[in-house]
Amino acid sequence: MKPLSHILTRTLFYLLVIFVVVYSVFPFYWAVISSFKASDALFAADPSFLPTPFTLEHYKSVFLQANFGRNLLNSLLVAGGATLLSLVLGVLAAYALGRLPFPPRNAVLYLVLAMTMFPQISVLGGLFMLLRQAGLFNTYLGLVLSYLLFTLPFTVWVLVGYFRGLPRELEEAAYVDGATPLETLLRIMLPLTGPGLVTTGLLSFIAAWNEYLFALTFTVGNKVKTVPPAIASFGGATPFEIPWGSIMAASVVVTVPLVVLVLIFQQRIVAGLTAGAVKG
Amino acid sequence: MLTQRQVRLAWFLVLPTLLVVALVAGYPLAQVFYWSFFKADIAFVEPPQFVGLENYRLLLQDPDFRQALWNTVKFTVISVSLETLLGLAIALVIHSNFRGRGLVRTAILIPWAIPTVVSAKMWQWMLHDVYGVINALGVKLGLLAQKVAFLARPELVLPAIIAVDVWKTTPFMALLLLAGLQLIPEELYEAASIDGATRWQQFWTITLPLLTPALVVALIFRTLDALRVFDVIFVMSGVNPATRTLAVYNRQTLIDFQDLGYGSAISVAILVLIFLFVVFYARTLGKEALR
Repeated sequence: MKPLSHILTRTLFYLLVIFVVVYSVFPFYWAVISSFKASDALFAADPSFLPTPFTLEHYKSVFLQANFGRNLLNSLLVAGGATLLSLVLGVLAAYALGRLPFPPRNAVLYLVLAMTMFPQISVLGGLFMLLRQAGLFNTYLGLVLSYLLFTLPFTVWVLVGYFRGLPRELEEAAYVDGATPLETLLRIMLPLTGPGLVTTGLLSFIAAWNEYLFALTFTVGNKVKTVPPAIASFGGATPFEIPWGSIMAASVVVTVPLVVLVLIFQQRIVAGLTAGAVKG
Repeated sequence: MLTQRQVRLAWFLVLPTLLVVALVAGYPLAQVFYWSFFKADIAFVEPPQFVGLENYRLLLQDPDFRQALWNTVKFTVISVSLETLLGLAIALVIHSNFRGRGLVRTAILIPWAIPTVVSAKMWQWMLHDVYGVINALGVKLGLLAQKVAFLARPELVLPAIIAVDVWKTTPFMALLLLAGLQLIPEELYEAASIDGATRWQQFWTITLPLLTPALVVALIFRTLDALRVFDVIFVMSGVNPATRTLAVYNRQTLIDFQDLGYGSAISVAILVLIFLFVVFYARTLGKEALR
């Protein structure tokens, strides 16, 4: 028979586990529930834990009145553009830094490492001036460029790690066969870094998708505005006019794709995060 | 020569990245330094005027700046400490073998995946003074005597925001620490058990010392992040002086007050603050990573 103390610790342990899960998931659950609740139920003193009475009203209003579809499209273009550019530039640089003889290698790696910790706010004024001078204020390109500030160094840093992990023999075999370094990169090394590309791309995309400060400062109106500033600015003139149902509906719409991505790529994301952090 | 051609190719491959870095970081940074010595508005309504170190002198006497600095330090120290403790606890829970650990690991990734702006809005709704679920539950369970306006009371708004940040970033901490825990060889614990060490002793003599590198990296990462916090503060309480951090004050000065000169001086101050941490970081861990 197991001693009582063992059963007790086991119970306590599982209570702790349940607490961790509820604590992590509840706010998202509450947003989902709230987004499907009719306004009367939403603004009740004693809220129900189920979406009754059920309504799709808030989702309709988000897409029809607030034109949230435009914000989603903007976010997709900006985050996608920044991720793609970072991957293309990052693969080239990371290959050189990870596999080729490059004398100022450590200096460049230090620069990249420092950039991953760079405070965005410190260049806000300077970027604002740059975008205005270049006529890129309130444009997709302007926002994409500004996002490279954080997506590119991150991509380079993590990909350098991936390239260095590949065995030397592969490269040497390619050289012996007369391939140039560039051919070696494109034909041999790049396919092998596929998982690394997916992970870094995904993490860059999430970072850009979630970015708020630049999106808030470098856009006006709804033309280029991405999702985060749009959600933050939903609302009326007085506290009573804040459309909480619509805000929750919009929140669910932007979060569901992320949660799905996280569920699918769980292992890779964790690996990428720890690679980016432990090594960088 | 193959090597020489390789070096040239390497330069050719790294150059685009260096150019982009120069454009989006180097040039704006130079602008910020330059304008911090001027009295200038961001739209150049009036011609900029060179004032030397005047902006920095103002900075030292500005009570709003001091308050913002203090808010930032409070936010950083409290949130990072809580995240570390909670993250360590969660990492230890997930690391121990039990049924359903995969589920827990997935669950804690959800807060991490949710955009900061969205999580701020979700919590703002949960903390609502009249219709919020936290108030409703708190009163029902007898934890609160009456409903509380968490985000309106000056003494409660920063703690409420810290609670949101802790919820959002503890998973990241837990995952980094979990990776550290998984590097500790199982044999050490087996040997300690044979020697009769209790779980508690094992934690202090094996787990904690061997986890220290991962712990330090995670701590530094979170600290740097917390020092530049903007999103969660600005969404939940705007430019409220009770919560205004350096980043919020800096944006307010630059964009709302259009004060390019003084705002740039604040930017430089933040950069110096962060730079001190980065130097510390590069000294302690960068070398190892570059090996």
